[in-house]
Amino acid sequence: MHILSIKGLNKTYGNHVALKNFDLEVEKGMVFGLLGPNGAGKTTLIRIVNQIIDRDSGEILINGEPLKMSHVRNIGYLPEERGLYKGMRVDDQLLYFAQIKGLKATEAKVKIHSWLERLNLLSWKNMKVEELSKGMAQKVQFIATVIHEPKLLILDEPFSGFDPVNAEIIKNEILELKRNGTTIMLSTHRMESVELLCDNIAMINRSHKILDGTVKAIKKASKTNRFAVGLRLIPGLEIPTWEDLIEEEDCVTFTIALDGQRPNDCLMELMNYGEVLHFEESIPSIEEIFIQKINESHAE
Amino acid sequence: MPNKIFLVVKREYLARVKKRSFIVATILTPLIFPSILGVFLWIGMSDTGIDSARFIEVVDDNQEFFLESNELFVFSYGSLTVAEAKEMVQKGNRYGFLHIPKLDLAAPTGIAFYAAETPGMSVVSGLESALKVKIEEIKLLNSGINRELLNKLKTAVSIRSIRLGQTGNEAVSNTVINYAIGFISGILIYTFIFVYGNQIMQGVIEEKSSRIVEILVSSLKPFQLMMGKIIGIGAVGLTQFLIWIVLIGLVSTIIMGFFGMKMPQQELMEQASPEGMGWMSAQTELPEILQLIQGIDFFSLVLSFLIYFIGGYLLYGAFFAAIGAAVDSPSDAQQFMFPVTIPLLVGYMGLFIFVLDDPNSKVSYWLSIVPFTSPVAMMGRVSFGVPLSELVLSVTLLVLGFLFTTWSAGKIYKIGILVHGTKVNYKTLWKWIKEN
Repeated sequence: MHILSIKGLNKTYGNHVALKNFDLEVEKGMVFGLLGPNGAGKTTLIRIVNQIIDRDSGEILINGEPLKMSHVRNIGYLPEERGLYKGMRVDDQLLYFAQIKGLKATEAKVKIHSWLERLNLLSWKNMKVEELSKGMAQKVQFIATVIHEPKLLILDEPFSGFDPVNAEIIKNEILELKRNGTTIMLSTHRMESVELLCDNIAMINRSHKILDGTVKAIKKASKTNRFAVGLRLIPGLEIPTWEDLIEEEDCVTFTIALDGQRPNDCLMELMNYGEVLHFEESIPSIEEIFIQKINESHAE
Repeated sequence: MPNKIFLVVKREYLARVKKRSFIVATILTPLIFPSILGVFLWIGMSDTGIDSARFIEVVDDNQEFFLESNELFVFSYGSLTVAEAKEMVQKGNRYGFLHIPKLDLAAPTGIAFYAAETPGMSVVSGLESALKVKIEEIKLLNSGINRELLNKLKTAVSIRSIRLGQTGNEAVSNTVINYAIGFISGILIYTFIFVYGNQIMQGVIEEKSSRIVEILVSSLKPFQLMMGKIIGIGAVGLTQFLIWIVLIGLVSTIIMGFFGMKMPQQELMEQASPEGMGWMSAQTELPEILQLIQGIDFFSLVLSFLIYFIGGYLLYGAFFAAIGAAVDSPSDAQQFMFPVTIPLLVGYMGLFIFVLDDPNSKVSYWLSIVPFTSPVAMMGRVSFGVPLSELVLSVTLLVLGFLFTTWSAGKIYKIGILVHGTKVNYKTLWKWIKEN
């Protein structure tokens, strides 16, 4: 079942095409990563799903229903550019954000209490936001995003602006929410967090989707069937021309293509040249795939 | 989802009303104004009496102009020469001296007034009218009318103005009261729109620059957010006004009581009464005062005040919100203030120059019909009485104007709040309205 399903989405600003014939499906309960360079259309897509801006055409379904205003109750959104009312108390502020999402005051207060307790902010609840440290304000911001227990949580660059300690806390909270059945869609530049967090990803470039699928499948498809080798050579032997050859103090490293061979055969052959220090299949990181795909799409 | 507008209204209202600056301003302002009034009264009181009347030496070469002293001027006739009189003025023994040379009554010229300081308009015109009356009197006497007849000719006249209602009811009206009502309510509406309109703008800029707005509009419609803010701040203003009215009334009564004076509205009534001062003692005139008060149609006055007060605020409030959304900081807002300030100023100036002067002129009519000027200008007419059809037309146009400004402002607002760091000009705004 898809919690979010987008078909043929188009959006233009004046002469600028932000999204062109865009399709996307997000399965329930997964962490979905939205990747793409600045200006690719990520934020436009996220804003359209949040009904902040109107689309020109296309279909958006939430749990199979056409997107409508009452869906805001089920969606949590942390924009890239975010803030709080500086002069407003932490608890009043969270209550307000919960209420405009559609929560009842009594219900919201219980949830606020438990969230503040959980993130060690309970003693600060009567303080104004301007009296908090930046890290604490960031936690409050996160609570404001999830206080209404959204089924779909949309995070635009969630780790930008967070210090490493808070980023870790937020990452763990995201995983906890996922365990509880929340679907999470996030856009990020931090590729290492993508590999760590995301089940599925989609790459956007210049208003088009250029790639999507599970992280595993994408990495598998990007396999080059090459192996990275570290070898302590037997002196005096003539060696074949190995690619990416680097001579170090007492060893060499290079890459080798299997060319239809089985890895074991390849390894045995290598053993003739000296002592194999490592023999490892080189799998490109998401970042490398990302850069490669973007370059490919620019070349087209 | 009107419920969400209410949530915004509540937040905007409470966030402001709870502020220390609001509480201080709300309590101090009513204390400051009566205090200033008190200081003036105190200065005024110590300035009244004989020594405040101006002693004026008259050098009359005709030996004919015996001007009667009054509360403003005390004329003395010392049969001095011009040089002697000048000296007296220079020494400060006299406020000034009036030189009346040999006059040709048909064309009196050459009359001069010498004073140590430049006399105010009221002094000069006071002297002029005193001389005019005197010259006319002499002319009449010269033409053969005897003094007895002349004294009989002097009559005190005051016109009792009665407004004939369409239903045939007669209401005793009074121009001074009507003028004051139009004047005060016009200024109140004008001030309210500006002060609280600016707060709307500031609030929108705050939400935009602190980047809260994107979170907000993911939960409610930009239009709900805008209307909630406009209504919430309007409610803050109304609260403040209400507290002010109560407090100013209380404090003024105390201060006036201290100086043994009457409240401004009582004084107004005094001026309004045909004989001027002293009506309290004159039992016979009391019913007339009551008639005057009854003549003021409080219900329609208060009702139209509220309609134009709220209508004008809402009409311009949307503008202020749109300006706030289009810019990144209050200093950038200046360039867009023009279309807001100009019509408001036209209404304001129009109120003083045309409407209060002649409420039924063509200019006054248009000022009170066009929705951008009507909130300020119409109140100047309402107090004098306006045909119902014109009121209905004006209010209808005001409501349409409100819908129009809110509609177009909403479009600017919706896009503007998400635009950062771009220089926005009128062309951009027009594009935003068109594109949506």
